[in-house]
Amino acid sequence: MSERTLRIGALYPDLLNIYADRGNLLMLERRCAWRGIGFEVTRSTIGDELDPDAHDLLYLGGGQDRDQQLCALDLTTVKRDAVHAHAARGGAVLAVCGGYQLLGHHYGLEPGVTLPGLGLLDVHTERGEGRLIGNVAIEVDGRTLAGFENHGGRTVLAPGQEPLGRVLSGHGNTGSSGFEGARTGNVVGTYLHGPLLPKNAWFADALIAAALGIDPADLAPLDDRLEDGAHASARRAAGV
Amino acid sequence: MSTTSPAPTGRFPLSAAVATARLAGRAARLGGRGGTSLPGKVLTRLRPDAIARMSDRLDEGSVVLSATNGKTTTAALVASILELHGTTLVHNRQGANMAGGIAASLLGSWRHGRPTGALGLFEVDEFWLDGLVRSLRPRVVLLANLFRDQLDRYGELEAIADRWHEIVADDAARTAAGDGPGFRLVLGSDDPAVADLGLDRDDVLYFGVQDVSVAREVADHASDATTCRVCGASYVYTATFVGHLGHYRCPACGHRRPDPQVTAERVVLDATRGSSFDLVLPDTTVPVRLHLPGLYNVYNALGAAALTHALGVPAATIAEGLGTTAAAFGRAETVTVGDRELQLLLVKNPAGANEVARTLALAEGELDLLAVLNDRIADGRDVSWIWDADLEAIAGRVRHVTCAGSRAEEMAVRWKYAGVASSRIAVVKDGVGAALDHALAAAPEDHAVPIHAIPTYTAMLELREELVRRGAAKGSFA
Repeated sequence: MSERTLRIGALYPDLLNIYADRGNLLMLERRCAWRGIGFEVTRSTIGDELDPDAHDLLYLGGGQDRDQQLCALDLTTVKRDAVHAHAARGGAVLAVCGGYQLLGHHYGLEPGVTLPGLGLLDVHTERGEGRLIGNVAIEVDGRTLAGFENHGGRTVLAPGQEPLGRVLSGHGNTGSSGFEGARTGNVVGTYLHGPLLPKNAWFADALIAAALGIDPADLAPLDDRLEDGAHASARRAAGV
Repeated sequence: MSTTSPAPTGRFPLSAAVATARLAGRAARLGGRGGTSLPGKVLTRLRPDAIARMSDRLDEGSVVLSATNGKTTTAALVASILELHGTTLVHNRQGANMAGGIAASLLGSWRHGRPTGALGLFEVDEFWLDGLVRSLRPRVVLLANLFRDQLDRYGELEAIADRWHEIVADDAARTAAGDGPGFRLVLGSDDPAVADLGLDRDDVLYFGVQDVSVAREVADHASDATTCRVCGASYVYTATFVGHLGHYRCPACGHRRPDPQVTAERVVLDATRGSSFDLVLPDTTVPVRLHLPGLYNVYNALGAAALTHALGVPAATIAEGLGTTAAAFGRAETVTVGDRELQLLLVKNPAGANEVARTLALAEGELDLLAVLNDRIADGRDVSWIWDADLEAIAGRVRHVTCAGSRAEEMAVRWKYAGVASSRIAVVKDGVGAALDHALAAAPEDHAVPIHAIPTYTAMLELREELVRRGAAKGSFA
């Protein structure tokens, strides 16, 4: 194995952290440590410049409306070019819930209030009637991701935009499209929290590999008996 | 979402509705269902105005309290003080705190067309507060804290804060229109989202912790409400005590924590047993010995002290009442199973879990835990919150943790990533009785070592039922 270090840029961890996003980062940290892979997290919040070459993976979580508005403004001004440059050189991005919405073109929060987005994914989001809440399972690359969703926004994929997965159980992007999330190269947006990675260790590893630019098969195997149990538990909760 | 769902028929006389609801309750009990609030639900279906009509007959009116954390314990402390003071109560003691539960407690005290208690003491669910305040027209409203809790059920924190602001505004409008005297507001000064409810009033009684020697070094991961509601800038804290409760001010607009009139000074925490502190009231200071562990219970005691002070209870009675309160149902209750002590510490959200972790960190030696994670509606379907809880604070001290409940495997993974070796973690899926047996068997020979159970709400009910079956705990409806 390499002497590599996984360098994470956590964006707005003080504001976009509502669904235990900390669990996703902890999952990556421990799984790197157990394999002897270094791990660094740099936190960037409102007003901080982002170095486009300093990170292997950018992470964006979910937040309350007011906090999400603050982040949208900062993300599309202060950090816009750096995030685009990071993605353009193949850097990985994982954005969950509110963070996913900000990766699209815009988010129509309420009549007259539209948050600008990064346009990194070819999607846009509009606030719908009621929230889409519950356990959810989707199929991604022939495997299953399980988690919990809780979102007022309905995210519409533009023609040609690849979803992250197909809904097996739950609501997904709009409640009716049958699709969940969006993915372009190493940029992934999803509504699945719970948090996502502790319920889906295989996806955590896929993300680590993508961020480091290596084959997931080259990651040292871990004793995942408890993780497999948690995955089964989350799938069961979603009825899959 | 209010207490006024439409009645199925025209109008039942209140007495007939009361009799019908009682029969429904009896039938439910005979059918083997507990049904704390079922008769109340029947009552409010038959007479949507039942709560208003019945509470109107309370000689001393009612008081209402709400918070994310500590409602049941705070109400138990208030009840203990008021009973010493000689006040008879109608109280939703078992924590059924939506309209059905409150109707049920009024129904339970109803004799010959009036309640047997003089004062209504009601803990109310955060989300049901507006409707119930309209029905109950309380004399005093205590609002203590707002933490991130079960977002899938309640929506975001700010939405609840906004609803609470409307309750306060409605009361002001009503008073201005000459419709009644309105309520006295008692607020936690250390929670910005709660303290700001008093911005436009000058008669608020604030309570909070003054003693910065018990402050934490760093803010918890689960901190909420850290931006100024006036201008949106991030608050600066000079001290944090429990989650985001602390001493704060806004660097941009200068808005700051109001000075509390009811405070705790010289706080000494005594591990999992209790605490002592000086209770400072507007007119005097009295020493208090509290038999409930943790700083979060100091907050509960301060809230109870402020509420009863607002009702005119003397300081000595307040101190005595606080000192004689045992743990509320399943909250820091200690029972004996066989010849070993089991302490029940209800955990229902990250802030509560952080306080339990902090309390356990004060206990001596290694920890033997029984962690029961359920995901029923009353627990919150979304179990994400376990990752916001700072279990790392005690992970290094865990000798063994037995994980059980409907999401046991996810609890187990949480402990593993907190830093507990897999060999110290067990998953037991076949019921709470089996999990309890496993935890007892895994604990060391030395029976002086207690086991700490940390169940979510419905898990706590199941565990307690199992303990009653084994003769270890008193029946909850005894």
